[in-house]
Amino acid sequence: MGKNLYHKVFDKHSVGKLSSGQYQLFIGLHLIHEVTSPQAFSLIKQRGLTVRFPQRTFATVDHIIPTEGAERKRPLRDVLAEEMLVAIEENTKSNGITFFGEGSGNQGVVHIIGPEMGLTQPGQTIACGDSHTSTHGAFGSLAFGIGTSQVAEILATQTMSMSKLKVRKINVTGKLRPGVYAKDVILAIINKLGVNGGVGYAYEYAGPVISAFSMEERMTLCNMSIEGGARIGYVNPDEKTYAYLKGRKYSPTGADWDKALAYWKSIASDADAQYDDVVELDGSALQPFVTWGITPAQSLQVNSAIPTVDSFPSDERPLIREALEYMSLEEGQSIAGVPIDVVFIGSCTNGRLSDLLEVARLVEGRHVAPKVKALIVPGSMEVQRQAEALGLKEIFTAAGFQWREPGCSMCLAMNPDKLQGRQICASTSNRNFKGRQGSSSGRTLLMSPAMAAAAAIEGKVADARTVFAYAEEAV
Amino acid sequence: MTAQAIIAKVQGRAVPVRGNDIDTDRIVPARFLRCVVFDGLGEHSFEDDRLQLKAKGQTHAFDDARFQGGKVLFVNKNFGCGSSREHAPQALMRWGIQAIVGESFAEIFFGNCVSIGVPCFTASEEALGRLMAAAEKNPTSEWTVDVEAGTVKGAGLEEAAVLPAGPKSQFLKGSWNSLNELLLNAHGVDTVAAGLPYVSGW
Repeated sequence: MGKNLYHKVFDKHSVGKLSSGQYQLFIGLHLIHEVTSPQAFSLIKQRGLTVRFPQRTFATVDHIIPTEGAERKRPLRDVLAEEMLVAIEENTKSNGITFFGEGSGNQGVVHIIGPEMGLTQPGQTIACGDSHTSTHGAFGSLAFGIGTSQVAEILATQTMSMSKLKVRKINVTGKLRPGVYAKDVILAIINKLGVNGGVGYAYEYAGPVISAFSMEERMTLCNMSIEGGARIGYVNPDEKTYAYLKGRKYSPTGADWDKALAYWKSIASDADAQYDDVVELDGSALQPFVTWGITPAQSLQVNSAIPTVDSFPSDERPLIREALEYMSLEEGQSIAGVPIDVVFIGSCTNGRLSDLLEVARLVEGRHVAPKVKALIVPGSMEVQRQAEALGLKEIFTAAGFQWREPGCSMCLAMNPDKLQGRQICASTSNRNFKGRQGSSSGRTLLMSPAMAAAAAIEGKVADARTVFAYAEEAV
Repeated sequence: MTAQAIIAKVQGRAVPVRGNDIDTDRIVPARFLRCVVFDGLGEHSFEDDRLQLKAKGQTHAFDDARFQGGKVLFVNKNFGCGSSREHAPQALMRWGIQAIVGESFAEIFFGNCVSIGVPCFTASEEALGRLMAAAEKNPTSEWTVDVEAGTVKGAGLEEAAVLPAGPKSQFLKGSWNSLNELLLNAHGVDTVAAGLPYVSGW
């Protein structure tokens, strides 16, 4: 009986069992940012402890950093944000941890810079005080979000306590139609299995649709595993993984590369690996998805109507009513045509070069609808450089989009980019929770970058396949 | 600082907060995460939900005078979904919550609660229905959540409320924060690190 990647990698990193019955797990790569780390550094300092493996922790600043150039001047205008930035600068410096601040030229959203610098590799355990750490599972690593107490544990011991999860294999069969993206696949999975369907599970994504995905598409997919309740989501490494990693800043070179390849291949799931559960999804049948409610599972295909309250089980109906009321939407209403105030393209879900290239291809020569504020925020300084070198900035600004500096921006409202009042935002980010985008009554519709681009051009939710007429193109 | 309390029972008033899928952004909105210490988070627990209810002329349980001083939080399904921010359980703890009884919890939230000494007990949907109704009807009733027995009692009710075996033993032994135990096996950590090619240098 073969083993799956989850158990192979977990077992290699297990130091032993703790008295609670949990495992002491070695963390091979620890990523930190300014929001969830300062209290952890204070805690270990109070305890008289030091950072055990400073070379295995890397830091950046992303959540609180402004995305308008002039606003990034130090000290930051927001004194609380400045205090957090100073804290991570000082904590990393005094503990010998590499910090990718603006001056490094590599600042960016933590889940974008890890992969792009080759820090993220197959067969690692990766932890970060951020639930979207599941993104790094795209490389065949076990990557998961942790709280501040665990950040302190990892700083002090390079280990944390963890129970073993069950593993659910999700096979996405067939072939996606043009205009259907990785974002639609993960929204469809969450819609099918629910926001808590993955609690207690790691998700292994497999099947022809996943194999055909680029590494960046796999990152979009794994990123939102946690929105389905799964703390970990991963894809087995393959030739695309290795090709992506070759030549990156922290990737192995020379003879080490061959040793790395051997290790990476050894940790992939065996052909006869066992799973606790297997789920199938027909990729050929998918349409572009849009969320209509206040959880990422409250979604629908763009050409369908918002489901009726009565179509849900009785214990879910209060939340459905609450969502409809908060969103000012009606059951049975078509989602297409809902007017949009703001468009946000970016985040650890969809702020990579391939996302921006697709948007540029679609919007070139068109213009954002009047009264719509549309932001495009590159996920990192590297994405920004590459995009600008390819002329994307000119395409976006000519089309009426604002082109910003890298950061988490309007995904989570800890920086100046926020919704105002009851504004409704077409967003490529990962959460449509109440108040998520910075206004306690602001509204979020999650969708792919292409769908967000269509919303920007039309000023309302619209099927990107119609707006951009690319249905017949071969993909 | 290093000594931890044994947590065998939590006794006090209960606070019912109804609703499935209450996420960490609702428990503590992100704007309050702009801080380098957890102090002061308590007052921002459920801040936006509280404001919205107030605007509609309703009262959130956390604003309801009858529930002030409550120590046991009653919730429904998938409580604490979303972000991994420990700020969410820290805010609830600093508001005064010492134990949570719910139908189910998001995984990272549950683990964060263990780390800070707030046990999250699971009870059935029917039991939570009875518990919430009783707490709303008799807000001054005193409740006891018992880690060892796996029960929640109060207002004439007794319901099963369980913890998984691991966290249960951690609370009963006073080892719910794992840092002390993780520090013990430095040699084992070095051995595992040496055996991982990407850590030891291929």
